[in-house]
Amino acid sequence: MELNEEEKAMLAGAQGPARQWAVEHQLQVGRYFGARDLVPIAQAHIMADTESLGEAGILWLERWAALPVPERRVRVPTTSDPRGTDFAAAARLKHEPWMIEREKRAAAALAALGVLMTDTCITYQTVMPPVFGEHLAYGDTGVVIYSNSIFGARSNFEGGPSAVAAALTGRTPRYGYHLDECRRPSLLIDLGWTPRDLNEWGALGGVVGRLAGDYWAVPLLLGVDRVPGSDEMKHFGAAAASHGSLALFHIEGITPEARHLGDIGNLPAHPVGEAEIRAFQRSYGGPEDGADVVVFAAPQLSLVEMQSLAGLLDGRRATVPLFAATSPQVKADADRLGLSHRIEAAGGTVLSGMCFYNSYAREMAEASGWRRLASNSAKLVNILGGYGYRAILLSMAECVDLACKR
Amino acid sequence: MTVFYAEAAMGPRVAGEALVAKDGFSARYDLDRSAGVFCRPEHKLCGQSYQGRVLVLDVAKGGVATAWMLYEMGARGMLPLALVLNRANPIMAQGAALAGLTLLSGFACDITAAIPSGAMVEIDPTAARPFIRIR
Repeated sequence: MELNEEEKAMLAGAQGPARQWAVEHQLQVGRYFGARDLVPIAQAHIMADTESLGEAGILWLERWAALPVPERRVRVPTTSDPRGTDFAAAARLKHEPWMIEREKRAAAALAALGVLMTDTCITYQTVMPPVFGEHLAYGDTGVVIYSNSIFGARSNFEGGPSAVAAALTGRTPRYGYHLDECRRPSLLIDLGWTPRDLNEWGALGGVVGRLAGDYWAVPLLLGVDRVPGSDEMKHFGAAAASHGSLALFHIEGITPEARHLGDIGNLPAHPVGEAEIRAFQRSYGGPEDGADVVVFAAPQLSLVEMQSLAGLLDGRRATVPLFAATSPQVKADADRLGLSHRIEAAGGTVLSGMCFYNSYAREMAEASGWRRLASNSAKLVNILGGYGYRAILLSMAECVDLACKR
Repeated sequence: MTVFYAEAAMGPRVAGEALVAKDGFSARYDLDRSAGVFCRPEHKLCGQSYQGRVLVLDVAKGGVATAWMLYEMGARGMLPLALVLNRANPIMAQGAALAGLTLLSGFACDITAAIPSGAMVEIDPTAARPFIRIR
């Protein structure tokens, strides 16, 4: 790979061991995917919950955090993904003291690197949306697919270590979705029915993700009968990324790069209608299965979703634990506007800065005796099967009905 | 001996027993990392130990957590010996790079159909043409 003089200096250790490691790591990953050089980035976003990091990952971060300031500070604005707990609700979640201690250590190490601890997976709705053509190094698959598809920004999936490397160097290897040739559609989804509810958009994302198959596939959706809203695209993209590891999609006539596709050749086409979406939903069971816990998360809720949930809960009482996870930015507004109070007056709990599945989900289930979980997130129900939950996918209204049944 | 060449590779040379399935791989979605077994009920290797085995699977699945998790698993001595995929995504390469895990991907055939589960295999990512070979 070609390096410029500054990159060579970092590689030689002239700017300290953290940036030296970062360039070495980027060369290793870049060579794997045939990158020719590094591309400057505008922002980085780091996923680093402590369930993923473990003690080893925290020690790794603390090693860099102990360096002198000039050697450890990030080079571009860098934000953090949801944390592994909400300190204010840790007792309610039965998070153990060792989990809380790990979260505090990881957050302190990231802050020492200069990371803005935004603790959110909806940066594009709350912090700073990217700009068309901007090169980024984003962790969190939902942030990547939304930024690539809806804004026309350019990012690969950057796992925690690579997002740290990119933040330290201000660059990332130029391969994959940084390149025009990788952003062309590779399959068509001929949509015969446009979803209405958020969980239907998530189910469609799941169907498309499974059809597409893997990270390098780029679906182009045909036949969407209206311009979907931000939360609809959020649920669609997050589910497509979760079920298919997808990082980019296009929608004919709607997303920015779908307006200039030109001749797309003879691509494989897959018809998808209401039957496929309903079958996907039913594959997780139905409300008759009941729930031990109801969770709205993955992605964190927007202010509009918080308003919808508050409205559904007004005058009712949840008889099973009900959690709504949102960003600290939305939480502040939800508090100010009385939405948090309305949700909690009905027995719900608003979680700030976490996203449930990355918050010691297995330990929470064991500590609280949760097995059956209901959610309107097609991403959440996909992940939690491996954590011992039997998760069902319902609409937000059906989830609230289930929570308030008895 | 049957040899299969990979388009991309990293990590050290290894040899060991293959554990094979036409299924995806995500450390968060599929593994009980404490017990060292596949635990996702729908996964074709559910209940099987991956520790010290050469995992031969179809494609990378899921999100970004695997990048940290491979490093954490390695620190506890709970990594597979190598990861061999028809198609890797960036997370697998990033995680393998940090963990020092052997990773191979991109073959002329479906590698999950070419290598039988239980076969003893050798992998050389350092060769001019990186390969996996059935002993």
